[in-house]
Amino acid sequence: MGRKLDPTKKEKRGPGRKARKQKGAETELARFLPAAGDENSKRLSSRARKRAAKRRLGSAESLAMHKFPGAKPLPGKLPKGISGGAVQTPGKKGAQPLHHGTQGKKRPALTHSSEEEEVEEEDSEEDGVLNQEDLWGSEDSDADMIDDYGADSDSEGEDEDEELLPIERAAQKQKVQEAVAGGQWSEEETEEEEEKGSLQSCPQKDDETEGGLQINVDEEESFVLPLPGEMEQDILPAPDLQRIHKRIQDIVGVLRDFGTQREEGRSRSEYLHRLQKDLATYYSYGDFLLGKLMDLFPLSELVEFLEANEVPRPITLRTNTLKTRRRDLAQALINRGVNLDPLGKWSKTGLVVYDSSVPIGATPEYLAGYYMLQGASSMLPVMALAPQEHERILDMCCAPGGKTSYIAQLMKNTGVILANDANAERLKSVVGNLHRLGVTNTIISHYDGRQFPKVVGGFDRVLLDAPCSGTGVISKDPAVKTNKDEKDILRCAHLQKELLLSAIDSVNATSKTGGYLVYCTCSIMVEENEWVVDYALKKRNVRLVPTGLDFGQEGFTRFRERRFHPTLRSTRRFYPHTHNMDGFFIAKFKKFSNSIPQSQTGNSAASTPTSLDLPEVKGQVTPKPEGSSQPAKKARVAMKTKQQLQKRQHPKKASFQKQNGISKGTDSGLSTVSCDTKSQASSKLQDSSQPTQEIRGPKVTKKLKQQSATLLSSKKVAFWKPNGPPKGTDTEVPVLSLSKTQDTLKPEDWVQPLRSTRGTKKVKQQLPAQPSKRAAFRKQNGTPKGPETPAMSPLDSSQPPPAKRRKSQSRGSSHPVLS
Amino acid sequence: MRPLTEEETRVMFEKMAKYIGENLQLLVDRPDGTYCFRLHNDRVYYVSEKILKLAANISGDKLVSLGTCFGKFTKSHRFRLHITALDYLAPYAKYKVWIKPGAEQSFLYGNHVLKSGLGRITENTCQYQGVVVYSMADVPLGFGVAAKSTQDCRKVDPMAIVVFHQADIGEYVRHEETLT
Repeated sequence: MGRKLDPTKKEKRGPGRKARKQKGAETELARFLPAAGDENSKRLSSRARKRAAKRRLGSAESLAMHKFPGAKPLPGKLPKGISGGAVQTPGKKGAQPLHHGTQGKKRPALTHSSEEEEVEEEDSEEDGVLNQEDLWGSEDSDADMIDDYGADSDSEGEDEDEELLPIERAAQKQKVQEAVAGGQWSEEETEEEEEKGSLQSCPQKDDETEGGLQINVDEEESFVLPLPGEMEQDILPAPDLQRIHKRIQDIVGVLRDFGTQREEGRSRSEYLHRLQKDLATYYSYGDFLLGKLMDLFPLSELVEFLEANEVPRPITLRTNTLKTRRRDLAQALINRGVNLDPLGKWSKTGLVVYDSSVPIGATPEYLAGYYMLQGASSMLPVMALAPQEHERILDMCCAPGGKTSYIAQLMKNTGVILANDANAERLKSVVGNLHRLGVTNTIISHYDGRQFPKVVGGFDRVLLDAPCSGTGVISKDPAVKTNKDEKDILRCAHLQKELLLSAIDSVNATSKTGGYLVYCTCSIMVEENEWVVDYALKKRNVRLVPTGLDFGQEGFTRFRERRFHPTLRSTRRFYPHTHNMDGFFIAKFKKFSNSIPQSQTGNSAASTPTSLDLPEVKGQVTPKPEGSSQPAKKARVAMKTKQQLQKRQHPKKASFQKQNGISKGTDSGLSTVSCDTKSQASSKLQDSSQPTQEIRGPKVTKKLKQQSATLLSSKKVAFWKPNGPPKGTDTEVPVLSLSKTQDTLKPEDWVQPLRSTRGTKKVKQQLPAQPSKRAAFRKQNGTPKGPETPAMSPLDSSQPPPAKRRKSQSRGSSHPVLS
Repeated sequence: MRPLTEEETRVMFEKMAKYIGENLQLLVDRPDGTYCFRLHNDRVYYVSEKILKLAANISGDKLVSLGTCFGKFTKSHRFRLHITALDYLAPYAKYKVWIKPGAEQSFLYGNHVLKSGLGRITENTCQYQGVVVYSMADVPLGFGVAAKSTQDCRKVDPMAIVVFHQADIGEYVRHEETLT
């Protein structure tokens, strides 16, 4: 510029005339607030200093002292709250009044109980009341007055020599000092321990004073459970959540190490009861639901679970692979300002959204159907179902359509999906979603799921996302915390059982690529999950198979008083606090027979093990489709099979009870197996391997079933007489009849295998697989079979029929074609 | 559920031909199977025959939807195309309109397209021709009717309407109830 202003050479000037700085907060406020430890470090007059010195000497002596008899109870003044200070209880609370004296104002509640005890004392000794009241009263008002305490106590001591020994006096002085010093600390303690304090603090403080320098660590750490009666004080005013939260943590800590940390005389159930009430208050749950959760989770997990329910799960979406790829979609959304990531290794189409500057449910990509907002746990049942192309799938409770559309995209819009829901308004969202996502292979219907196999059945796969109590999605709907109770859960469970049975009946067990059913709920209650699955296992010909999901907690095989089937370990549970997705339960069934077992009370127990054993056997024989179920025939055949199985596995073992207990219509597949095993068994019996017959077995069985259906129905009754004598039954007969029936189609021939099966069963029942006896039996029945046997000899049987056939058909073959 | 009558088929095909012209044939004769139209509760559904077989088992009052809904017949027997038909119109569309990113939102809320939002338009579009509206990223957004021919679009002022809105994908959230 022009001026010669050089900022570097500016001279520093001090504060001007009018500059008046504030000294700073500490110094300013020190005038108003008493500093910490004021009582200790306040300015003492010379006399006070001398007295303090004397006191210190005296306290050193009195350290040796342990107890001093509370000979003179000092009465307390009730109304002003000073009373607490002045009151002294003999023995137990010996030194307390001294404490209370200085802190009387601060501890009104604490001394309620002590006051009650001491009122009597008050009355009893009124001698020194006035004096002491004055003394105490004057002391309480001001910290400075403690200064005069020493003088007063001296005078007091002179007056009441007979009651207080000098050493006791010194002890009192020392206690007061300590009380003053610890006054600040115990003030804070007061609020927290008010409720628990009445029982705890008195003895604790006593220990401290009596133990002298001994610091009682337990005082701070051990938690005392308040008596039930005292709890109302929590509820009547607004519950202090912080206090309750601290108490929850304390109780969990105690219960974790109950043996050492428990309070004497309080049982575990008291702690648990208290914890339940506190959790219910703190997290706003109803008592019923919280009780159920306490049964379900160990305590450490319980608190985590409850915490997780307060927070919503992250938003996830699923790419619609019919229209786009995950990569492209992610790019497009990122361009719009959405912060996202792939969902995890287990999902190829999922994305998790951390935050978004645009509404994620209204982007043009969403409207164009490039993705669907779907919870991560809702993607799992469809992955477990694993639908294949060109299959027929039923989704029984499809609203709002997320799972249905996922199924459709996995099938690439081939095959047919029947999407059903019982709720008409929610169906509108299904229609909207499916159209938006470009799903074209779906029919949407509005039936009650329980009507299902009647309306249309024979699906390859069925998905049942059953309506439930919603206890796994509390973070989405907090009303569940309070509005669910016992009958809601049981009602849900009942509905789920009905739906599951209907779903099982809608699956076609003989489907080439399918036969699977996935049952899932968004609930964590055992009554709606494992119990329903177990029920279905007992009632229908299904078994559980692995879901294909390699993460998640296994389902329970036992829970409290219930015991479930061991295969329930293949079901999966998901929790919000462990997997960060909504609570979920998934079970995958495979149906191995289309027949419905008729439950009889005795049989149902036995049928379960048999129905589950059989699949192992069935590896050899594929179940054949069966038009009509014939329970009686099947039962007989089944029993035969069972015995054959037993025989094969345990040759000498006679498990006849099981045979008797087998329910009638166990398996159509059983019949095939039975025929197969029949042939095998018969070969065993004969001790002659006739492989040709075995080979023919399966073919024969097919024929048997197809053609014998009508024939047998009439003959069923005749044959099914358990006590009838074995009619021409022979262990040999099955083999012969098999070979025979292959060639001829005469009704009698069909009759024979059945007779034989029944007969052999009888044989088995009576004679535990002993060839010698069989021979005897054969001899018995030689006569009735007489006319038949020549016709049924294996070598002869093949010839006459082909001869006949050659007349009717031009082609004769060594392997007669079964027409 | 019943097949369409002659009259209904004619009306519907006329409407659709406005957007896709002779490509309509491709909808019916598809290489991956035979598809047909069925009428149910005044709505026209486009389904493959495989699905029809299964749908025949479902009683009429319980059937809500099948395949893709193309539109509905009004009480006066006129055919109204719904947005749900977009997936089939878009690939076969003859006349297309692209709108700028800024105008997307407006169109998705149901407003007409102004000249200022117009990005591209197919050549020799006649006036009142059915058009399919795309975003600049070639995402189909809906369909409408051209208010001006291509020539006129060049001349007209920026606040003039160039495409009348008929259906847009925003209706999936705005009019969810009317889809069925």
